[in-house]
Amino acid sequence: MKSFNRRDLLKGAGVMLAGATLPVSLIEMAFADSSRNFTFAYISDSHIQQIKGNRFVRNWDRGLIRAVAEANLMSPRPDFIFYGGDIAQLGKKAEIDHGLEILSGLRDKVYYVMGEHDYYLDLGEYWRSQLGPDHYSFDHKGMHFVVLNSILTYDDWTHNRWASGEERMGVMAGLDDHRGSPFMVGAKQRQWLQKDLAKVDINTPVTIFSHSPLQKIFRNWNFWTEDAEQIQALLKPFRKVNVFYGHVHQIQYNQIGNISFHAAMATAWPWPYPQSNARAESYLPKLTVPMNRADPFFERDATGWQYIDIHSGNATMHFSLPDNAPRTVAFNPATGRPEDVTYQKHRIPPQFHY
Amino acid sequence: MGIKTVSMVVLAAAALFATTTLQADEFTRADLDLWQSQYQAAVKKGRQVFTDPGLGTNGVVCAQCHPNAANTHPETYPKFQKQLGKVATMAEMINFCIMNPLEGKPLALDDPRMIAIQAYITEERRGVPLAPGKH
Repeated sequence: MKSFNRRDLLKGAGVMLAGATLPVSLIEMAFADSSRNFTFAYISDSHIQQIKGNRFVRNWDRGLIRAVAEANLMSPRPDFIFYGGDIAQLGKKAEIDHGLEILSGLRDKVYYVMGEHDYYLDLGEYWRSQLGPDHYSFDHKGMHFVVLNSILTYDDWTHNRWASGEERMGVMAGLDDHRGSPFMVGAKQRQWLQKDLAKVDINTPVTIFSHSPLQKIFRNWNFWTEDAEQIQALLKPFRKVNVFYGHVHQIQYNQIGNISFHAAMATAWPWPYPQSNARAESYLPKLTVPMNRADPFFERDATGWQYIDIHSGNATMHFSLPDNAPRTVAFNPATGRPEDVTYQKHRIPPQFHY
Repeated sequence: MGIKTVSMVVLAAAALFATTTLQADEFTRADLDLWQSQYQAAVKKGRQVFTDPGLGTNGVVCAQCHPNAANTHPETYPKFQKQLGKVATMAEMINFCIMNPLEGKPLALDDPRMIAIQAYITEERRGVPLAPGKH
């Protein structure tokens, strides 16, 4: 398995970025036949927020601009880039346009998944007009990739409760707004998924991209997908499955049967781990070693992006953190689950959240 | 002032004290309900301020990064903030957030909104033991 370090990846950076670090998630996929190994980058959750006219929240803009700049400096080049959803904060055309303009600086092919902040204003109409269907599949170097819109919810909530799209978007945008509703993929897409997977050999590694976790972690903040078990059941026949998701703005990873789960950091801001909410029960995977608690005085801390190496259908997740040591979570064949290569058994004080 | 006058003053004061003590001791269920409802009103106002796009200047709200006021750690203040180089109170950290991520102007410490934010944050964290200084 080939490993990249940050210096290799950024050797094109030159003097301009000396002393600076980059917020990206890179994913390497590796195979027994190493010529099949490949890498892709994962950028997520920019939450571009319009103030008025051509004024946008500077902090969130900077996170995405930085991720794009850093992803462009990766060497070797990733095969493609995946964008994990929530380009916009309130789903506005101006926000999606501004986000896509920044993302247009990327030098590689970008695939997109829909986030709830892109959807609940106009039910995804503008997003689809710019980026195409919200669920689709493609094949790449012997792997099958599926993109799902996992942030749908009950029809009654979506269509019958709200005076306007703005009101509906405002409620869903509040992570802790008790008037919200749990995310789901829904019966229609599940049928489509079943059909799509029917033509895939069970020995082909399958990778699913969704915005919300296709596992149940914390319902109050929608770290949750209502029909997660039904999706997992459809994935069960395959020898190796990876699920990558955004939404949670933090490092999470887990193994359920044949499925490895990995979350991405946000470029905008980090979210607390669910156990920080003293008043509610949550289920953060025991496997996950949390990322360091954020320093509020450094606005890019605990944000970033990731790159992913795929080996033998198993993923190695590299997290680029601007103010902390980079993190690497790799599949451990001995234990059959993803583990942090440095911190799995030796946590440091900032990784304890309360 | 003669001795007699002094005695009278003392007696009068004692009588007054006795009366005051008697009154202060007796608060009713209605009083308790009133105090609780006053506090809950501050909590409710705090939640409104915590989600008010007008608190700063850029529309960002406190709850965007702190759902259910998580990661605010009211039980750990006062504590040493290395970034400030001193022991700080929660109110100072609230003003830090208003000035930086929210790009707004700091609140006076007795501003009803500052008090309400603290009531809301602390209410979300109720039941957690005090741990001043903890990091």
